[in-house]
Amino acid sequence: MNVFVKFDFNTICKQVLEEKLQLLGVDYTIESFGEISFKEKLTSKKLDDFRILLGNYGIEIVENHKSILVQKIKDAITEMVFDEDEKINVKSSVFLAEKLEHSYGYLSNLFSEVTYTSIENFIILKKIEYTKRLILENTMTLTEIAFKLNYSSVAHLSTQFKNTTGLTPSAFQRIISKRKAVLE
Amino acid sequence: MNTNFMHIVLADDDEDDRLFFTDAFDELKLNTKVSTYNDGVELMNYLKTDTAKIPQILFLDLNMPRKSGMECLAEIKADTKFKDMAIAIYSTSASEEDIENTFVQGANIYIKKPSDFKTLKKILSQVVTINWQYHTNGLNKDNFLMRL
Repeated sequence: MNVFVKFDFNTICKQVLEEKLQLLGVDYTIESFGEISFKEKLTSKKLDDFRILLGNYGIEIVENHKSILVQKIKDAITEMVFDEDEKINVKSSVFLAEKLEHSYGYLSNLFSEVTYTSIENFIILKKIEYTKRLILENTMTLTEIAFKLNYSSVAHLSTQFKNTTGLTPSAFQRIISKRKAVLE
Repeated sequence: MNTNFMHIVLADDDEDDRLFFTDAFDELKLNTKVSTYNDGVELMNYLKTDTAKIPQILFLDLNMPRKSGMECLAEIKADTKFKDMAIAIYSTSASEEDIENTFVQGANIYIKKPSDFKTLKKILSQVVTINWQYHTNGLNKDNFLMRL
């Protein structure tokens, strides 16, 4: 028999962090945006141990301050795209600038410098990824998905989907279903 | 972009196409190391060795003698060793049905071989960039489908 699961990455990551932090035996608090504050400074041995524990899960300790801010931008974008409770109704540039307390111009330049892509492109990438997930969950129509992700119309979503992937949303759905059929 | 080289492999029986491909990457200067194989048998012989460096992206021509691209694809999908490798079919025109079939059989990307060099560079750059985004953002590789 087959069982299908859905992942809530935030919960998974937080859980992994908690487990590994317990193993370290130090006083800590998990803040938001992947930030952990330790009451006392970690010895370099403890830091290395921690790095190894996290390494198995593909979790990296980010050390460069630019990378840190870029990661915060990515996390803020993820929060914006997956905005479940629809609390965010400002433009993305305004949201990011306010959340991260830097001008949007600064954030934009930094992001492009570090990631070789723009904030706008990254937002589109995230939205299309979420769209794919929602299409595969098969509980919403494409129009409902477009509305949920703040597209002005379902045509706009379809166009962006096709521009990003080269495939229409229906072709995507068809291919994934056929793939699953092949595996059975 | 990163401090590590990205390994790229192409399997294509056409010498001109192989040259076109490697020249494009030379000009793009994207921190890539490109290797090419002349057909499916040579490709799979290399990939199956224990010491093989699994590329981040494999570009696979469909029409090759001795072992076709689809046969290679089937062997690759059957081996978990290659689960993190992105597979790009790199082919001259095929029917819509055949294209869709490559995705169904497990390819991530389908590229119709462009006839001009500038377009090729643009396409390769896009593929490498998107693959990198998937890699650095932990996106779901099973849903990674792209047609260029």
